[in-house]
Amino acid sequence: MEILAPLVLLAPIAGFVVNALFGRLLPRRVAGWVGAGSIGLAFVFALLVFSQVLGGQKVDQTYFTWWQSGDFNVPFNLYVDALSTLMVLVITGVGFLIHVYSIGYMRDDPGYSRFFAYMNLFVFSMLLLVLSGNLVWLIIGWAMVGLSSYLLIGFWFERRSAVLAARKAFVMNTIGDIGMVFAAFLIFLNLRVLDFQDLFNRVHQLPKGGAVITAICLLLLVGAVAKSAQLPLHTWLPDAMEGPTPVSALIHAATMVTAGVYLVARMHLLYDWAPTAAATVAVIGGVTAFFAATIGTSQVDIKRILAYSTMSQIGYMFLAVGIGAYTAGMFHFMTHAFFKALLFLAAGNVIHAFHDDQDIRHMGNVRAGLPITFWTFLIGTLSISGFPLFAGFFSKDEIIRAALNATGGEFWLGVLALLTAGLTAYYMFRLFFTAFGWEWLAHDDRHLHEALPVQTIPIVILAGGAVVAGYIPVASFLTPVFGRAVEVGTAAFIGLAALSVLVALVGFAVAYLLHARRPELAVAWRTRLGPIHALVEHKYYIDELYDRLFVRPGLALARFLNDVVEPRVIDGAVNAVAAAVMVEAQDVRGIQTGRVRSYALVTLGGAVGVLVIVAWYLGYLPWKFGA
Amino acid sequence: MPVPASTFLLLSAVLFTLGAIGFMVRRNPLVVFMCIELMLNAVNLAFAAMSRYLNSLDGVVFAFLVITVAAAEVVVGIAIIVQVYRAGRQMDVDELDLMKE
Repeated sequence: MEILAPLVLLAPIAGFVVNALFGRLLPRRVAGWVGAGSIGLAFVFALLVFSQVLGGQKVDQTYFTWWQSGDFNVPFNLYVDALSTLMVLVITGVGFLIHVYSIGYMRDDPGYSRFFAYMNLFVFSMLLLVLSGNLVWLIIGWAMVGLSSYLLIGFWFERRSAVLAARKAFVMNTIGDIGMVFAAFLIFLNLRVLDFQDLFNRVHQLPKGGAVITAICLLLLVGAVAKSAQLPLHTWLPDAMEGPTPVSALIHAATMVTAGVYLVARMHLLYDWAPTAAATVAVIGGVTAFFAATIGTSQVDIKRILAYSTMSQIGYMFLAVGIGAYTAGMFHFMTHAFFKALLFLAAGNVIHAFHDDQDIRHMGNVRAGLPITFWTFLIGTLSISGFPLFAGFFSKDEIIRAALNATGGEFWLGVLALLTAGLTAYYMFRLFFTAFGWEWLAHDDRHLHEALPVQTIPIVILAGGAVVAGYIPVASFLTPVFGRAVEVGTAAFIGLAALSVLVALVGFAVAYLLHARRPELAVAWRTRLGPIHALVEHKYYIDELYDRLFVRPGLALARFLNDVVEPRVIDGAVNAVAAAVMVEAQDVRGIQTGRVRSYALVTLGGAVGVLVIVAWYLGYLPWKFGA
Repeated sequence: MPVPASTFLLLSAVLFTLGAIGFMVRRNPLVVFMCIELMLNAVNLAFAAMSRYLNSLDGVVFAFLVITVAAAEVVVGIAIIVQVYRAGRQMDVDELDLMKE
């Protein structure tokens, strides 16, 4: 165990080193399998770790001391418990499948080995983030996943939009990183600890619900919100779809964006101690879930719809961890990783088949050309919409149930989550009927081809996960971390399940009516809803709002500094000093003749002068000093 | 009858003055150089005389130091003069005024 946990980390970084240093020399096939194989190896190690964690082991092992200064000590320790093991399993397992898929998907890309190097670096960073046993290494992993996300969003750096999207993601994430760092400062300042175990032991020394613990939790939340693309720092995620589709699947759906959920779950003792902050988490999650789902109903870019759907699903997870239903949140994280990775990878096949056109209105008749993609996408859609017996049904219901069980504001968040479930079913089936529908809408004779087996096999495996993941007893596995989840009676379970299935069916029926049966109705409703539709379609104008509030004032300030302050004030001051010196120097430059003899004369004159003054001072001259 | 210290100091002052005047009125670099040596040795003479007069070795030590520095200075100075001569310049210190700018 003490050896296995670092091995999980070492496998991806080894793959990164090989691909980064020698990737260009290796044949493509080798570079791809080195990239995928290193993650596969990490998955094998993760399974061995898992088998020991199942046996009840929990390890917090220190491997070395990174640096030490007085009583400030930063060790490198790995914290392996059920929670981090679950994360590691999903990251390496789903990550491995996505890497294998990438071997086929990226086969014609000139940056093949670079792609796998970045992907391996990401997996390493993410594993470091979840395995770290103290705040410093957590923040290092946190920043490194931001970096690899930046590199992969801007992977096609010759496209301007990709570069802009990468920059936006990086800036947004940096806001979160600052929050994290300040949270760590506050923790160290008040408790003198950085280690998780010490932190959990000592958190009760702070007054419950006090200003300090609330501030710590809220600052951590800033980091979580930025990384997980929740309101109000969500705008980078849809733009991040500029990256290659496997990147969207791995980083911007299955793993990295759920880091915020992991953070809150990992720090659950802190959030239990700060009810206000926990309530804030829940509100942000519930509102984001609904908000993103409404935007998802109006988009036409297949990857953007999936991106908003990701935001919405992570909103569910935030809601869960905010109201204390940690196991439900982590359960949904796991099922979501399966079905969302599946949806993205299948979408990647469709996008390739339609020659990189991502507009769902230009797609159609997928079933004939890409049968495997079609059926797996349907499974993913059913799973995310919460149809009974699929994975999403169990995990989503658990969250809604936990929220509805509560009283007061949390109950209304549960109602909102229930509404969101209906919206989810609607926008996913709208996407499905429009893009995968029975009719050939483009009216041309393009022939669609199914993707390579190396792409379809991972998708089929993920589809299997999207079906059966709901039956995995995650709650009992996580019991050592979060304690026993609240048991629910069978009647309540069935009653709520019926309700949420009903809501999902309504969403499905509306989508079927508007986008499969009678498309003219959809057009009519769009005009009828005019301004509301425009508001939603433009993502509530939040990008425009941020543009007005931050980007343009920032640019204006920069321009002012550049055009006025820089040339006039700063350059002006420097030039004025120089000019003054020049003017003064004109008066005395005549002294400098360059002739050695005149210098000697001056020197001698000076020496004689000094001598005379000294003699006068000492009284050797006729006229006396001071007389 | 021992020679009084003032005699040595007077001789030293005369030599120094000769050196200083020579430094300022002559233009040949070699002669200028010799004048510098004259001034240094005038000082050495004063050091040695006072050392004897005060019955202390400090002055002699200083004299040795000055001799060492003078030797080093001659090496550098002669090298500069030779280089300037080779560069085709006139052997006139007043013409060597490039440092003006």
